[in-house]
Amino acid sequence: MFEQKKFTVSHAPFWHNGSSVSARSYNIILAALPAVLFGFFTYGMPAVSVVALSVSSAVAWELAYNKISKRSLSIGDGNAAMIGLLFAMLLPATSPWWLVVTGTFVAVIVGKQIYGGIGGNPFNPVLVGLAIVTLSWKDFFDFNEVLVNYDFSYPMAYPLASLKHFGVFAISDFKPAALLMGQQSGGIGAIFGLGLILGGIYLIIRGCIRWEISVSFLSGIWVTALLFNMADPAKYAGPAFHLLTGYTLIGAFYLATEDSSSPVNFIPMLIYGAFAGIMTILIRNIGAYVDGVVFAILIANLINPLVDKIRPKALGKVV
Amino acid sequence: MTKPRMTYQAIELTPPEPKKIPTPKQAMLLLNEPYDSFGQKKSAQLKKGDPVKTGQKLTLFENSDAYVVSSVTGTVSAVSPFFGDFGRSYAAISVDVAENEEMDEQFSAFVKEPTLETVRNWLAFIPGNFPSIILSPDQLSTPIDTIVICGVDRDLLITANQHSVVKESNAIKRGVQILRQATGIDNIIMASHEHLMQDAALSGAEVRVVDPVYPASLPHLIMRDLLGRVVPAGKSCEDLGVAFVGAEAVASLGKAFNEGRIPVYKRFNVIKKDGTSTLVSARVGTPVRDIFSTFDITVNEKDRIVFGGPMTGTSIYSENHPIQPDTDAIMIQDHKDLALVSDYPCINCGDCIPICPAKIQVNMLVRFLEVVKYQEAADEYDLYSCIECGLCSFVCVSRIPILQYIKLAKCELGRISTVEETNV
Repeated sequence: MFEQKKFTVSHAPFWHNGSSVSARSYNIILAALPAVLFGFFTYGMPAVSVVALSVSSAVAWELAYNKISKRSLSIGDGNAAMIGLLFAMLLPATSPWWLVVTGTFVAVIVGKQIYGGIGGNPFNPVLVGLAIVTLSWKDFFDFNEVLVNYDFSYPMAYPLASLKHFGVFAISDFKPAALLMGQQSGGIGAIFGLGLILGGIYLIIRGCIRWEISVSFLSGIWVTALLFNMADPAKYAGPAFHLLTGYTLIGAFYLATEDSSSPVNFIPMLIYGAFAGIMTILIRNIGAYVDGVVFAILIANLINPLVDKIRPKALGKVV
Repeated sequence: MTKPRMTYQAIELTPPEPKKIPTPKQAMLLLNEPYDSFGQKKSAQLKKGDPVKTGQKLTLFENSDAYVVSSVTGTVSAVSPFFGDFGRSYAAISVDVAENEEMDEQFSAFVKEPTLETVRNWLAFIPGNFPSIILSPDQLSTPIDTIVICGVDRDLLITANQHSVVKESNAIKRGVQILRQATGIDNIIMASHEHLMQDAALSGAEVRVVDPVYPASLPHLIMRDLLGRVVPAGKSCEDLGVAFVGAEAVASLGKAFNEGRIPVYKRFNVIKKDGTSTLVSARVGTPVRDIFSTFDITVNEKDRIVFGGPMTGTSIYSENHPIQPDTDAIMIQDHKDLALVSDYPCINCGDCIPICPAKIQVNMLVRFLEVVKYQEAADEYDLYSCIECGLCSFVCVSRIPILQYIKLAKCELGRISTVEETNV
């Protein structure tokens, strides 16, 4: 009896589709690479150093927290690296090192770990980090000022700032095709629209993000911008401009879709995405800030638990 | 976007005969009654050395109706306790097989009168999935008014019931007549896949089509899609007066009355390490060890042996585990290929939401189950709506054993309510 072979005994099901948390994180990192490489190409070594520091410091903060809280190491799941990469993509290439390190601290520790780690955060950690550093050191996010030393063949004024400060006539130089191909100033990984869209489509096909959120977010922006534009074309820019500038595309495919802080049911996802899109345009057009994506998504994160209560009736549920 | 779509194994219209497994040297029959070799329930009716014949009815305890039917001829070598999962316990009767087979003919005297009494007394142990609920209707609050014959198989890669539909239509036809006669239930429905419609129609029962995509053949979904009746959460199909019988069991029933002998061969699929599935036929009580040796399958430490299919089966701990009358499949997985579970938290990826056939908020449910808040899970997040298909665990990115949590919660809540009832 005791010489029997010992078998693995576990519970059904005995198959798995092979997905994993680390594959999900690394897929998102992979999908973001075209936009990041374009940023390297455009801004050179300063961009490389910001991205490298951001990814490594995010992982280091996660490791430090794992050690301090005496929990099992979670850096292998790639989530911290993903947070670091996405955070760096939103920063200007000239950001100082302490800004990067502070931002990843807020993102990883305050935004994620103190809520219990992955899956427990009510807000997108990247956006919590970015919101704190933007509010604390807003001069470092004035793209016109910090990128003044870069001179290319295309206009290097930050499109959304031009729109805010000088109105629609100031943005006539920005052609949608050029914006799509990354000929604009902005965050390291946020300027190359085509790369972000291709990465987003890849993630949707691989099932790493929920397409409903991306589509409804972009639709919310498009419809709201169009309504403003129709009301007063001299004052408000058209939808194409809003879709291709600022953090819109990175927000649609990489930020609004963050798992833990977004809904999972069909109708709630549509409401959540559309709400974030509408808020983005409201902040851009009539709010105080140049770009509204960061705060719009954070506010949408806030309504997530409530809207996700809208759910289908379970099988056989007796009300 | 990448919602998996898994279809049931569709049997060919002229399937090959199932591979026959030789009669084992020792067979083990599991009687569904706890056995305590030291306590008062010590065996009274059977002891070591008693001779048994093939087809003989074996009872163990004097004042109990529970019995098994011996699938072999030989002598009883041991009676011992045997433990299944979720605390179920059985009495295991081991029989050393003799060289010459002798048939027990007692049942043949009853063939002329296919009454419920006869079926209950002789055929509760026939191969196939034959629920005892049909046999003892007086214990039910709602009488059974509909019988659904499953011409489809419950899990992936299994073809046992489909094989009966294709190859044993005469036996099924007779079985349906006997079911009608014995139970007095007229409303008998055959659930079948579309490509087997013509064979299924030969049974004489009303045929309805089951979708070929998993988990459409689970009883709760057959109720909803084929009968148009939704089972309320926490109730069973029997509570609504519907009983499910496997097509193989109906064929066994017909064969028993046609031949005057109780069938002892069970058909099931052997799913090998490479994932291929072969239909075989073996005597009830054959230990899995014999099946693996027939197929030259090497069994190593840490491999996983599963009774039943990949989504809903049960893994077992011993190569001596016998084939039972309701064993649909035996699956073996190499230890290198096991998909193991993890203790990672839910990351709220939402993959379980569109795939759940019961539309449960699995992402929320699992948060409650992980911290043992079972009552809240039942009250607020539809624990009892779960039909236990296992798809949520199959797609879980964090590899949480969700189905295990759900079954554990149901089991624990059931125990609490039993204790409360007895205290009142």
